[in-house]
Amino acid sequence: MPKQQDIKKVLVIGSGPIVIGQAAEFDYSGTQACKALKEEGIEVVLINNNPATIMTDNTFADVIYFEPLTVEDAEQIILKEKPDGLLATVGGQTGLNLAMELHENGILAKYGVRLLGTDIDSIQKAEDRELFRSLMKHLGEPVPESEIVTSIDEAIHFAEVTGYPVIVRPAYTLGGFGGGIASSKEKLISLVKQGLSASPINQCLIEKSIAGYKEIEYEVMRDKNGTCITVCNMENVDPVGVHTGDSVVVAPSQTLTDDEYQSLRKASLTIISALDIVGGCNIQFALHPDNSQYYLIEVNPRVSRSSALASKATGYPIAKIAAKLALGYNLHELKNPVTGTTFASFEPALDYVAVKMPRWPFDKFPHADRKLGTQMKATGEVMALERNMASAFQKAIRSLELKTNGMYLKELSALDEDTLLDLVVSADDRRFFVVMELLRRGVSSDKIHELTKITPYFLSVFQEMVSMDNMLQKTGLEKVEKQQLQLAKKYGFSDRYLSNIWSVSEIEVRNKRVEWGITPTYKMVDTCAAEFEAKTTYFYSSWSGKSDRIPGTKKKVAIIGSGPIRIGQGVEFDYCCVHSAIALHACGYEAILINNNPETVSTDYEVSDSLYFEPLTFEDINHVLEFEGISDVILQFGGQTSINLAKELEAAGYSVLGSPADTVDQMEDRERFYHFLDALNIPKVPGFSALSEKEVIEYAGKLGFPILLRPSYVIGGSGMKVLYSESELTSYLNHEQVNYPVLIDTFLEGTEAEVDVLSDGTELFIPGIFEHLEGTGVHSGDSLTVTPPQSLSNHVIDQIKSYSKKIALNLSYKGLFNVQFAIQNECVYVIEVNPRASRTAPIMSKITNVNLVQKATQLLLGHSLHSLNLEQEHNGQPEITVKAPVFSTIKLPGVSPVLNPMMLSTGEVIGTDAHFNGALVKALKGSSLQLADLWNDHGSIFVEGILDEAASKAWEECGHNVLTANDLTFDDWLKTDNKVIYINFSNDSESQNAKRAVLERVHVLTRKETSNAYLNAIRTTNKMRKEVLN
Amino acid sequence: MKGCITLSNGNTFDGDWISDNQYGSGEIVFYTGMTGYEQVLTDPSYQGQIVVFSYPFIGNYGFDPKSMESAKIQVAGVVMAECYGFAAKGGRQSIVDLLNAYQIPALKNVDTRSLIQQIRMKGSLPAVMHVPSITPDSFSLEEYWPATSIKKTGSGETHIVLIDFGYKKSIAEALVNEGCSVTIVPFDQELNDIEKLNPDGLVFSNGSGDPMRFSTYFHHYKNLAIRYPTLGICLGHQILALSFGGETRKLKFGHRGANQPVMNLKTGKVSMSSQNHSYVVQKESLAETGFNIWFENVNDGSVEGLWHRSFNVASVQFHPEAAPGPNEHKEIFQNFINSVQHTEKVRSYA
Repeated sequence: MPKQQDIKKVLVIGSGPIVIGQAAEFDYSGTQACKALKEEGIEVVLINNNPATIMTDNTFADVIYFEPLTVEDAEQIILKEKPDGLLATVGGQTGLNLAMELHENGILAKYGVRLLGTDIDSIQKAEDRELFRSLMKHLGEPVPESEIVTSIDEAIHFAEVTGYPVIVRPAYTLGGFGGGIASSKEKLISLVKQGLSASPINQCLIEKSIAGYKEIEYEVMRDKNGTCITVCNMENVDPVGVHTGDSVVVAPSQTLTDDEYQSLRKASLTIISALDIVGGCNIQFALHPDNSQYYLIEVNPRVSRSSALASKATGYPIAKIAAKLALGYNLHELKNPVTGTTFASFEPALDYVAVKMPRWPFDKFPHADRKLGTQMKATGEVMALERNMASAFQKAIRSLELKTNGMYLKELSALDEDTLLDLVVSADDRRFFVVMELLRRGVSSDKIHELTKITPYFLSVFQEMVSMDNMLQKTGLEKVEKQQLQLAKKYGFSDRYLSNIWSVSEIEVRNKRVEWGITPTYKMVDTCAAEFEAKTTYFYSSWSGKSDRIPGTKKKVAIIGSGPIRIGQGVEFDYCCVHSAIALHACGYEAILINNNPETVSTDYEVSDSLYFEPLTFEDINHVLEFEGISDVILQFGGQTSINLAKELEAAGYSVLGSPADTVDQMEDRERFYHFLDALNIPKVPGFSALSEKEVIEYAGKLGFPILLRPSYVIGGSGMKVLYSESELTSYLNHEQVNYPVLIDTFLEGTEAEVDVLSDGTELFIPGIFEHLEGTGVHSGDSLTVTPPQSLSNHVIDQIKSYSKKIALNLSYKGLFNVQFAIQNECVYVIEVNPRASRTAPIMSKITNVNLVQKATQLLLGHSLHSLNLEQEHNGQPEITVKAPVFSTIKLPGVSPVLNPMMLSTGEVIGTDAHFNGALVKALKGSSLQLADLWNDHGSIFVEGILDEAASKAWEECGHNVLTANDLTFDDWLKTDNKVIYINFSNDSESQNAKRAVLERVHVLTRKETSNAYLNAIRTTNKMRKEVLN
Repeated sequence: MKGCITLSNGNTFDGDWISDNQYGSGEIVFYTGMTGYEQVLTDPSYQGQIVVFSYPFIGNYGFDPKSMESAKIQVAGVVMAECYGFAAKGGRQSIVDLLNAYQIPALKNVDTRSLIQQIRMKGSLPAVMHVPSITPDSFSLEEYWPATSIKKTGSGETHIVLIDFGYKKSIAEALVNEGCSVTIVPFDQELNDIEKLNPDGLVFSNGSGDPMRFSTYFHHYKNLAIRYPTLGICLGHQILALSFGGETRKLKFGHRGANQPVMNLKTGKVSMSSQNHSYVVQKESLAETGFNIWFENVNDGSVEGLWHRSFNVASVQFHPEAAPGPNEHKEIFQNFINSVQHTEKVRSYA
């Protein structure tokens, strides 16, 4: 069937802010879907309030609404735009849930909006556990024994009949949120309680545990004609028990026989056909390791994190094809964009392996509950492609940017074997590395298999890596034979690691290697294992065979990406890299992009002229640059990951466009930075660089409390801490590992502001100023911010501009940089200069109509600021925009939600309106949809410590009941049903109550300013309602 | 131990022997499926062929003799990128042990991707696997003739005679699973012998090589096919087309894999199929044969199946029995057996 002709305008629902369980993968799928729709001449209307995304650019959608993803807001948009169709399967669970609500409220029917692709009935059948189970029973597809419960008693009854352990899965939640495995009655009670409260319909599935089975996923597509294909299957190295988002995963499966592979494939096809899905679908199975018996775990009737991974692993663009299928196309009518000659109705054949490893935030929060289970905790992931299994794992390890030495995690070498054996069983984020460490210490792979149930094949791959390492340890640069070195490279050992174990410099290893002609080759991801000629410019390195690519001779520039999504380095840098690639291409350059994050738009091979999927280390990047013959690299857009490479790349003779290593060092090295500010007569916060504990105490005495401790060259304020007294300092130094030198500054109590600046070295342009609503001491990524500033005086604004100018001109800076200011008593201090794009660059670009990254790229290529027409393009900021952070602390038990200089939030939203209060309402509403509803319901607020009377009164006037320990205990309050807010302004990061409150989906307000902003927003909402009623 | 594979166009690729046997010759072909090496290696259609696996990790799940498609390893040689030589759980032996048990030459650490690109460009060439010290000078290919005696399997009521051109065990099993008893007969079994068996239907099996080498039997095969409900698979499909007056040609490098999309022209549905063939039936040659096209390859438009307008004769180029590969065509056996059960036995000569 050809495309439906009557669809002219389509509403696409995005996934909103990035949270754990729903991250950049939906920017990728959303962007692909928007592109696919536009290709068909369809007008795309998008609702998504996440400003850091590519999909919310007018490049990809025609009309964009940064509105909260609520039924009311969506209805307003539908009313205004009158779309013919709705695409709901590319915005993750958020998008799907909103579409279901729109349907249930009769809004789709009322306005004649057709749901494209999979219909509502099918979605319900897949999502509703009861309907799903009865369908599977009808099809004869086995599901683990389970029962749907709405009470703790029912759960206990089930567990007592089937036996422990059991798995608790709350209905309709993201990333398995609120669930877990219970091996005792006590654990079950607490999990079910948590699960029922997490589920929007207060429903949990209690399931017989099949922990230890192999966990296998299939990515399936189906068209209206009934043609089904499986794009790819994936095997979790971690058996069932660890959420697939938290598992090490390989694609395709490695240890399934053809019979097993085909029987699961057949089951997938049966299920997707029975559900009548049109588009993409993810199906998860548990496969018995010995007897091929399987159970169905879950079906996601939409594109997912796994489908993004499968797309990148195979080259098959699932989301794009799914969007076309939703419009009525059939698979055999669509060309496979990779080969350009074959059709979309085929199954990719891989001739390499893809290894995915999750990236967790626990390097930042070592004291959090790191245990892995059915609730996802990773914030991001990396992928590596290789034709050698060991090398694929080593590449993935390098891509994680952890403190590793080769394939070992440094911190584990200090632990004894018993501790390691405990760790490998209980499984936390270090599990893979614990396995490697145990193998290194000679623990047999049989024993590890017994403890972990990891399939022996994988353990023998790891064992081989360790044996190879032992062999390499015994030789040295002088003794090593060519064949050994060749083998070492084939198995993925980096020059840096070899230089460490051989006690030589990295360059000596490199020289030896080059002398022997041992260099990598680059293979193409072609979806067909070389069976057909392909045109994709999507490559990965390997250490054997010939290269598929012959580099072109056009002028080229490489862009270094930002790697896995972490707290503090999120999708905003992916946005920047994508726009830089677009700008390079438009300026007549070949844009060569290097990155390793499978979730993102930047690793869509259509974005750049060539994509290299590689770890972001000097060696891996250097190989690509040498192979392509590139001398110019852009590091400004890949966050701290890329900027940290400046020194090595420059030393190797590359020219770093815009931010030379010396500038980076001058801004990051506190000593040099203070000299720089002093020379320019710019006020700075007094501070020192301390080399020891003794010096810290000495300088703290000189500065007086409070003080701010911080390391250099870090992401998202990692390791930053405000200390208010000497006793706090001593306790901190005694309990935390502090890496010296550490910077110690006076903690200045005031407000903060920041700017993103474009400069060509002689002139500069400031598109706008962000004012932070919370005072100093809150990381800029975690604060509510507003632009244009609402309370800064003209004098302060002038100072901000004048200091920015001094900095830009003095550094002869080219490109984009970010300056953070502290303001106290009308005096402006410069606290930080980031010689790179910042988190706010996408927001400022979107609200001022000046694409900062594209302009910056032009500046890096040598265009003058004057030639860019910035003043003309700038829209003068007709509206007010508020940015609000979004936290995932609810998924990270043990992490303190108290705002501090170390960034905590995983995502952000914006709200834009003619009035500040209107923008504030939109931002706060949009940022807190997962939490207790403050906008429609009235509830109770528990205040710990002091809340002034005026505020207390104001909350009461808003209809909320303000309680303190005088009314009831905190524990009793937690048991109440209508709790909505926990307030504690004490700045106590150790507050257990704050940590507990945040897990109960209540708002935790730890700053007076945040609390006032909420009050303000609620009052505005109430006022607006009254006006409507009158 | 270093080893080489040299193609008849003179190109040589290096590797390391994992087998005791260090010499082999045959036609070089490649297989793109990511699982199923046990079935590929034992499929008689691969007789005389050196198989290059495009998937670089072979042997990961060991080798279960129960998965064999025939009594032995059939390929003339194996070329791999990486090989996992350990046994796996559940009595799965090491692939290396199996290859050695049947004296099959096998190389690993070969740049299989470049080798496949060669085959893609130059076609399936004769090739020799050898030790580096010799330079092969002759690249002749042997012709393989299936050699079997009459065998019986299954006990169902419907009786199918499987004409054996080098059949896969899975075809016989698929028929038995549909409730048939199956008699396997040599490809040159005479008409009256077959009549004596009193079959309800015939299946022309898969097999290796050029179907034209059976040309002296085409008249005989047509005679059989118009007397009994007949299903042809792979080589059997080509032979049926030829017997009714059609023509075949050799593809440049064949279809070998688990991801070939075919469209059923009767229903318009597209599905994945398991394939392994070098020759195809020429579309233009079908005009006088009475055949209509049943399935077509979505990628290159080649003929993937036929049905006859006057007789109960149908055939598929792909493998509905799968093994290895996607098993979504089992209904071809079901429908065939169904039609057999609803056809009155033909008693007289046509």
